[in-house]
Formats: sequence, structure tokens, C-alpha cells
Amino acid sequence: MALQSTMRAPCASGRVTRRAVKVNAVAASPTPARTPASTGSVKRAMTMTEKILANHSDNAAVKPGDNIWTRVDKLMTHDVCGPGTFGIFQKEFGPNAQVWDNERVVIIPDHYIFTSDARANRNVDILRDMASKYNIKYFYDIMDRSNFRANPDYKGVCHVALAQEGHCKPGEVLFGTDSHTCNAGAFGQFATGVGNTDAGFILGTGKLLIKVPPTMRFVMDGEMPEYLLAKDLILQIIGEISVAGATYKAMEFVGSAIEGMNMEERMTICNMVVEAGGKNGVIAPDQTTFDYVRARTQEAFEPVYSDGAASFIEDYKWDVSKLEPLVAAPHSPDNRKTARECSDVKIDRVYIGSCTGGKTEDFLSAAKLFYRAKRQVKVPTYLVPATQKVWADVYTLPVPGCDGKTAAEIFEESGCVTPAAPSCAACLGGPRDTFARMNEPEVCVSTTNRNFPGRMGHKEGQIYLASPYTAAASALKGFVCDPREYM
Amino acid sequence: MQLKAIRTGAILPRPSRRSCIRVCAKVSKKDGEPRVIRGKCFVTRDNIDTDQIIPAEYLTLVPSKPDEYEKLGSYALIGLPDNLYPTRYVRDGEVKTEYPVIIGGQNFGCGSSREHAPVALGAAGAQVCVAESYARIFFRNCIATGELYPCETSVRLCDKLTTGSEVTVDMENNVLIDHSTGATYRLQEIGEAGPVIDAGGIFEYARSQGMIKTA
Repeated sequence: MALQSTMRAPCASGRVTRRAVKVNAVAASPTPARTPASTGSVKRAMTMTEKILANHSDNAAVKPGDNIWTRVDKLMTHDVCGPGTFGIFQKEFGPNAQVWDNERVVIIPDHYIFTSDARANRNVDILRDMASKYNIKYFYDIMDRSNFRANPDYKGVCHVALAQEGHCKPGEVLFGTDSHTCNAGAFGQFATGVGNTDAGFILGTGKLLIKVPPTMRFVMDGEMPEYLLAKDLILQIIGEISVAGATYKAMEFVGSAIEGMNMEERMTICNMVVEAGGKNGVIAPDQTTFDYVRARTQEAFEPVYSDGAASFIEDYKWDVSKLEPLVAAPHSPDNRKTARECSDVKIDRVYIGSCTGGKTEDFLSAAKLFYRAKRQVKVPTYLVPATQKVWADVYTLPVPGCDGKTAAEIFEESGCVTPAAPSCAACLGGPRDTFARMNEPEVCVSTTNRNFPGRMGHKEGQIYLASPYTAAASALKGFVCDPREYM
Repeated sequence: MQLKAIRTGAILPRPSRRSCIRVCAKVSKKDGEPRVIRGKCFVTRDNIDTDQIIPAEYLTLVPSKPDEYEKLGSYALIGLPDNLYPTRYVRDGEVKTEYPVIIGGQNFGCGSSREHAPVALGAAGAQVCVAESYARIFFRNCIATGELYPCETSVRLCDKLTTGSEVTVDMENNVLIDHSTGATYRLQEIGEAGPVIDAGGIFEYARSQGMIKTA
């Protein structure tokens, strides 16, 4: 069987030229199907994604295109989709049905929490009723909206909470009623978003019918320059392959730059897989992964890895040392430009938050740049820690290399708006009174994940997606700004 | 006999008449009736994302509650920029659309996994979308909910049709006919997704096939 893959050769500036080199590699002739031997199962070279799905279905091996029933290890839902999901579950499985496993459902209110919108508040109440009725073990409830810290169970942004609470484990299958569920692929698991109906089905059966995706491989090699963050890498990739470049495909990230990243930076990369249309993203688990997971859960897990002979549908390679800080200009995550070439764009505000760019690492990065610059921001700079834990880190962790100061101290000295209650907040607009919602047509540099028209509220708002460094630099300049100006 | 007549038990309301007919928005085509939809089309372009289909501020509406389901429909495609789309999909003050056919370019439905997106379109009265390509979660949600048929075509229909033109989407013969010009365009087969949407969604289909016991 001839394998065909298209190699894209990166040139020195890091921009990948469009010259496609067709590589015809001849593989061994296909092994005819045979029943598993008594001493073991059929060995077929598979990618990590394929292996995880094979392990979770009744197949010894799977290949891209196969429609399979997969077992589900965890199902996550939040306040926007949870009520609808449970509504469908009750309608389809009946009022006396029980969820398939009350310890495998994680309910995380996070989207519209700190608002006076009655329906939004009602939706959290509905989740509480569901959690009680179905004896759901993990429900991160909030009742006192005036003071998030008075709610010991409340976490915040679902994808970050899933990781921090030890729900993300290598080799597992996770579905969530949110497109950024792919975030968890950083742990070497299959994780993707589904709608209410699919989630309702999983609630009742613990399984889902899905198609095995082919895998695109992205090799990120070299040493990360000090001005570059994971966000720059994923913007580079999305800008290269477009918002539909990975549709129905898995995206596997490998290379020395990836291996050198901590879990939060890896999550940033996998988080935006959906922005390229990707089904799921994966990063091979290693000691960094195991240390993070073991610090949060003692549950068993089994990491899997792509076979050396596995087939990848496309291969891309970059030397990260040659890349530059980027933005995704309005109005698409693939509208890639260097921060440098947008230096004439005057901005009105900066937003640092969300599952993509509101983790502890993101705030530490922004704080480092503010500290080095020793200047005041020129535009309102909104900070929304993703979870209670991130908020606590912002207020207690000394930022490396900043004379023992915490991020909160540095943000205050730089004139940023006081860090807000953890939630999704303005990343997706939300109810009108949402913190930092863009209610006027302004220009915003944001560490979030999407910049389609109206994403943060106003339809004519202009959103430049960027890394925490670039966001911080832009806040200081009052224009879209390459962080090297302050380093 | 045409699909719209079967579903509502009445003729689709003419644009000048305020809609007072309760349209059961899930497709639920009757057995034996052809999968053919005729009506006005609404043309959109590439990368129509879920925030444009149903802006996030309306996501507090829970689709499984009937009155909120209807309300979602009134906001369908309200996120489209006004300068590019001067004609609204659902007129101000109305709850239902005049355009049962939506035309798209590439990557229709990209962005969020929110099922509110195909639900809002279906609740508004959309019956079929014909686009070059779809984002995967949106495509999957159309089928699971049975809210509208996500047809694919290799023709760039968004360059050929204009909003308001009367078209027929014939999923038996896999053609779209533009009645304003007489032109016909090939569609890809809807395949296995067709019967699922005919039945009204994945659960209804599974029950009708005996895959799961009736609730």
C-alpha cells in the first residue's frame, strides 16, 4: 500500500512555503485480517489516538475512517449545556433512569456565573437539582455569587478545573459539552467536544458512536526563544493550515519544544485544536505529565504512544527558534500576522483570561513582562483567572525572577484592573453585565481562543488573539506590540 | 408531495402573513415521502461560526424547554454582521424565518460545540443547509438533533444564488434547482444521515430501528 504524505518545508523565517513535496513511501503490503492469537492481540501500527480508541472499543485495532462505539471514561458539562443535556437524558431514557456512572460525570458551572441574568442563574440551580437527583459525585457548585471565595466547591473554567482536579489522565476518553474539551489532549488522552444530544446519550449509556480520525503530526523542534510562548506556536499552526485545515482529524504535537513545556503550556496548544477544525489534539505523556497527574489523583491510568510505524496523514515541521510572536487578527483565528507588522494598530483594551490564556502560567508570563518593563498600562487591562486555584496562585506565588513579588502585586503596580472572579467571563461575550464584555465596538488584544465577529460581545468589536507576553506588551504600548520591545 | 406540507399539515405561510402555524421544527419526514424541500434560500458565505448563528448571550435558553426552544429560533443567525447581511434571517419581531433553505460556503458551523446552533436554525424553520463543507461538531449535531439536513456540494453556491430566490433541494435526485434562473446544481448524497434526520434525530431513529427500547 503506497503511503502518501505531503511535506511542507519551512523556510528560514518560520513561514512555511506552499510548495508541496509529495512523498510516496511504500509500506509493507497490508496484513490480512486475522483473529487475535491466544497469547496476544493483532499488532497494527497505530497512532496514539487510534490506540486509545481501539482500547476503548471492542476492536484489537482501528484505522482512520472506522465508525466505532467507544467507552467513555469521563463526561463533562457546564451551565450552558448541562441543563439541556440532562433534559434530553430525562426525555429519552425516562424519569426513572440513572446515569451510567455517577462518578464519571463532572458538572462544572463556569460560563455565566457572575451575572444578574435570571436564566443564567437558574441554569446553575438546574445543575444542582440534577447533581442531587442523580447522585453526581463531582459537581463544583456555587451559591454565593457575590463572593466566589465563599464557595469551597466552586472551581471555575471547566477545562482548567478538569486538569487541576485530576480528571485528565493519559490513555482515557473524555467528552465534554464544550468545543475546547480538546484541551485535555495535552495529557495524552482522547478528548473532544460534543453537543447536548450526544452528551445525553453518553449519560445513559456510557458510550458514543464516533469515527476514528486520521492524525496530522506537527513537529515543533528547537529551543523556545524567551519571547515566545505556546500560544504563538498554535497560532502559527492554525495560520498555516486554516480554520478548516484539521477538520475531522487528530492533531499530534511532538518535538523538543513540546517536550520542554509544562502541562499548562501543552494545554494551551491542545486547547486551540478546535480552531483549526480538529477533532482532538494529543501530546505524548511523559514524566512531566505523570508528575502533574500523580500530584492530583491516585487513580490508575495507562499511557499509550504512537507506534514508530504509524501512519500520519500530513506532516509539518518547524524550528521554533525561528518563529516570531504572532497575533490572529480580526476576524478569524487563522488570520495570522506577526505582532510586529500590526504595530500601527491602536487598541482600546487588553483581556487576559479563559481556558486558553487564563491559567497560572499565563499570568506568571504576563507579570514577568510587566515587571521587566516597570511601566503603567495605557489601556484598561482585564485579568480573569480561570479557576479559584489560579486566582490564589496570582495572589500567592512569587513570580520567578521578580524579587519575590506576586503576580497580583505586579499587576497592581502596572495599573491593571483588579483580577476578577474566575469564570469564562468575556471570552464569549455572555450576558450583558458580564465582566469585561465588549459592549462597544473596540479593539482588544486577548489571550482567548476565537475572534469571529461578535465573539466578545459587540459585533463590530475587533479582537487580536495573542500570547500573554504579546497581550501584556500591547497593554503597555497602547498598540498591538511585539513583546521583544519590553524584553 | 412536498415535505413542508407533510410536516405542518398546512402550506408554509406566505411572507406577508404572520406565522401562527406551529411548525414541528424537527424534520420528522413521513415514510415514503420524498426528501424534497422547496422554498426561499438565504445565502451565507465561508466560515459562518456558531457565534454568528446564535450569539453566546442567548445560550441561557435551554433547548429542551419548548418555550425557550421557540425563543432560540427567533435569534437564529442574528450574529451575522449587518453590513454584509442587510436582510435578517428572521425578521425583527418575528419568530420564524421565510427561508427554509440556507446556503453556505466552506466550514459552515465552525467554532463552538453548542447544539443551540442547529437547534436555533431548526426552531426558526430552517429545513436544510447546502454548503461546501461543515465543521464536524455542527455536522454531527444536525444529525443527532434531526433539526436540519446538512447537505454538501462541491459547487460554490454562495456565489451563484441570491437571498430570496426560490429553490428546490431534491435529496432523492441529489440536485438543487434555482427557480429564478432554471439552473440545476449537483449535491452530494446525504447518505446514512438522511434516515436519521427523517426520523427526527438519533434517538428517534434508534427507537424506530429497534436499537433501543422505547423510553
